[in-house]
Amino acid sequence: MDPSPALSVGPEQAHRVEPAHSGHGPPRGFFRKHVFSLDHKVIGRQYLDLALIAVATGMVLSWLMRFHLAFPSSPVPGLGTVAPTAAAGGIMTPELYLALMTMHGTIMVFFVLTTAPFAGFGNYVLPIQVGAEDMAFPRFNMMSFWVTFVAFLVLIAAFFVSEGPPISGWTAYAPLSALGKDAGPGLGLGQTLWAVSIAIFCVGQLLGSLNFIATTLDLRTRGMTLMRMPLSTWAWFITSIIGLIAFSVLLPACILLILDRVAGTSFFIPGGLVVSDRLQPHEGGSPLLWQHLFWFFGHPEVYIAILPGFGIVSHILPVFARKPLLGPRVVIACLVAIGFLSYTVWGHHMFLSGMNPLSATLFSVPTLVITIPATIVVLLWIGTVYGARMRFTTPALFCLGFISVFVSGGISGFFLAQPSIDTYLHGTYFVVGHFHFVMGVAAMFGIFAGTYFWFPKMFGRMMNEKLGKLHFFLTLIGVYCTFMPMHYLGLAGNVRRYSAFTDDYMAGSLPLHKFITMAALFTGAVQLIFFINLFYSRLRGPIAPANPWQATSLEWSIPSPPPFDNFGGRIPTVTHGPNEYGIEGQPDYIMQATLEDLPEHA
Amino acid sequence: MHTAQITAPGAPSRTGVWIGIATITMSFAAYTSALMVRQGNATDWHRFELPRLLFFNTLLLLASSATLAFARRRIGESWNARAGSDQLARGLAPSELTWLRVTLVLGILFLGGQLLAWRQLTGQGLYLASNPASSFFYVLTVLHALHLLGGIIGLAYADTRLRVPGTRSALSTLGSATLYWHFMDVLWLYLMFLLLVRL
Repeated sequence: MDPSPALSVGPEQAHRVEPAHSGHGPPRGFFRKHVFSLDHKVIGRQYLDLALIAVATGMVLSWLMRFHLAFPSSPVPGLGTVAPTAAAGGIMTPELYLALMTMHGTIMVFFVLTTAPFAGFGNYVLPIQVGAEDMAFPRFNMMSFWVTFVAFLVLIAAFFVSEGPPISGWTAYAPLSALGKDAGPGLGLGQTLWAVSIAIFCVGQLLGSLNFIATTLDLRTRGMTLMRMPLSTWAWFITSIIGLIAFSVLLPACILLILDRVAGTSFFIPGGLVVSDRLQPHEGGSPLLWQHLFWFFGHPEVYIAILPGFGIVSHILPVFARKPLLGPRVVIACLVAIGFLSYTVWGHHMFLSGMNPLSATLFSVPTLVITIPATIVVLLWIGTVYGARMRFTTPALFCLGFISVFVSGGISGFFLAQPSIDTYLHGTYFVVGHFHFVMGVAAMFGIFAGTYFWFPKMFGRMMNEKLGKLHFFLTLIGVYCTFMPMHYLGLAGNVRRYSAFTDDYMAGSLPLHKFITMAALFTGAVQLIFFINLFYSRLRGPIAPANPWQATSLEWSIPSPPPFDNFGGRIPTVTHGPNEYGIEGQPDYIMQATLEDLPEHA
Repeated sequence: MHTAQITAPGAPSRTGVWIGIATITMSFAAYTSALMVRQGNATDWHRFELPRLLFFNTLLLLASSATLAFARRRIGESWNARAGSDQLARGLAPSELTWLRVTLVLGILFLGGQLLAWRQLTGQGLYLASNPASSFFYVLTVLHALHLLGGIIGLAYADTRLRVPGTRSALSTLGSATLYWHFMDVLWLYLMFLLLVRL
């Protein structure tokens, strides 16, 4: 229960009623409304649409890789025509496999796991949850999306240049990524496009983070103290601070990489390299410098992908448990701790880089420590659900699934955090299984939970619950069958990044690879249920009421879909925290805000 | 288009500038650490004399921060004398904007000076890719110049808003642009220190 009554807002929150200065009126015309819109809700949906296109692309790439891993001598129907040289007769070369791997990782990490949970849902929901009618800087917000869109096009363009996409992985390790076309297929123009795309992407996300932070700090409505903000908004707020620091380091790294590639500098390229029988005209550069800069971004990026999921789950679980979230302040403290610690652990990606064992230990300790706040949050979720009369709707199921896959993936993190064990496991499928669970699948479950939860608000129609539940259970089975066996493969010494395991000592792993491939194709096919549900419900779903889930936060106080200015010219006054569920009487919850008509003079 | 918010109207743009400052600081910290690492075990690092012109440019930039401080005081005074409220019926006269324009001229002169300094270095045969010291010199100074160009645009925008009738938000635009400008000044002093000590 929130003890502070409505009228005791502090003097610094005097009842100031200011005209908005988000600076734009209702849009007119198709382009202003749907394409170059300043409305945070349209921009959020554009980000989600982009993520949908990106995730479909990335998923198809993963199918091609999985197919080749399981059936290395069977042609993929049609691949031979699409890529006549890289996949003559439909059988891909190892180089094409690496190119697909690079593009799969880059597309998924940047254009799905960053755009959907953070930029997509954050843009749509955060301003409404704090009671603002738009982001602080709507023009920057629009630029943020379109810059990101251009970054996506530039990346995809790498498929269409003569040598194809780069083969250096989503981490683009130097000197491979810095040398140019001598170093291998796709490392000419393809790699340059990659670096330019990521640099542009950084700019887009910096603009986005700027907006999230300023909006959260400055545009909260009356009575919306920081501690009354829903956990989802807290998570987006913390994520935007992480993003601000992470992307402002990745951008310099990309600029230096581009200069090495096109301007002949030697930031990352050491001297004396002979590649393709040619002595490279570089000296003195440090490949490890790239790894440090990249992973200083790269590890926090994991939390950029997953923290919004933490927020979404913390926000949604109480709604369906009909109980207040256990220890909301502790959850906030844990999110802050995770954000802070995420900047102290990047070296654990580099245990194999020849670092001093003492440094390895220094990175290992915070890596183990960061599991403590994550574990506390998981326990608080379980405590919230414990003894609850749970309403098992699709979003609730995906939240519970999130906890399951996050824990499954997190536990293997304990092993990898220790340099002595990681030395063996780092180059194997154990790591592939680990990060797909903890970062990929967990974040996807967060995205699914958010989609099923906020869809009625966004489109004014309900999604189909039966299809939703079917989607959930089949996906849950599918991802476990796909990624769990990878841990066994890794323990057995199955190296990653190889395109096939036919003639070598790993031939015995082929049956398990076949099983994984079947499971991956099955999981992918199951997503059709989601797509069908998404598009069918958009057109034909039952009309959604303003508050179908009986939730308390501000987005449920306004019509579905929300009017252009969110609150329809009224002012929300917040009197309660977001967590008032399961109280005596009917209804069993208290809305956070009441809406008042605006005084005449304002 | 109304909203009820708990902070003053100019707050978001000021917060935005502070966030921008944090971002830029972080990215220059990244370049600095890259420089340290790259120099750490380099055998190919050739130190070179910084062009003397850079010290003169530094003075120009310091002077511009001072004139901008005058400009803000002057503009604030005329605003209060003329308006006395939140509205200004008539834009500020050119004489009231003199110091702001002096600042703009000094900023443009600084950029011109940087251009000359780069030309002096290329005249000596030092290009971007000549050696790591010159690489870092160009990267750091060019990026600073680009960020400073953003500051010039910000001040020019404040100038156009103050010239026409308007509300107090024109003053907060000037305030935000000023904050950014002073930061550009501090960043340049840091870069000069770094270049002097390290290059």
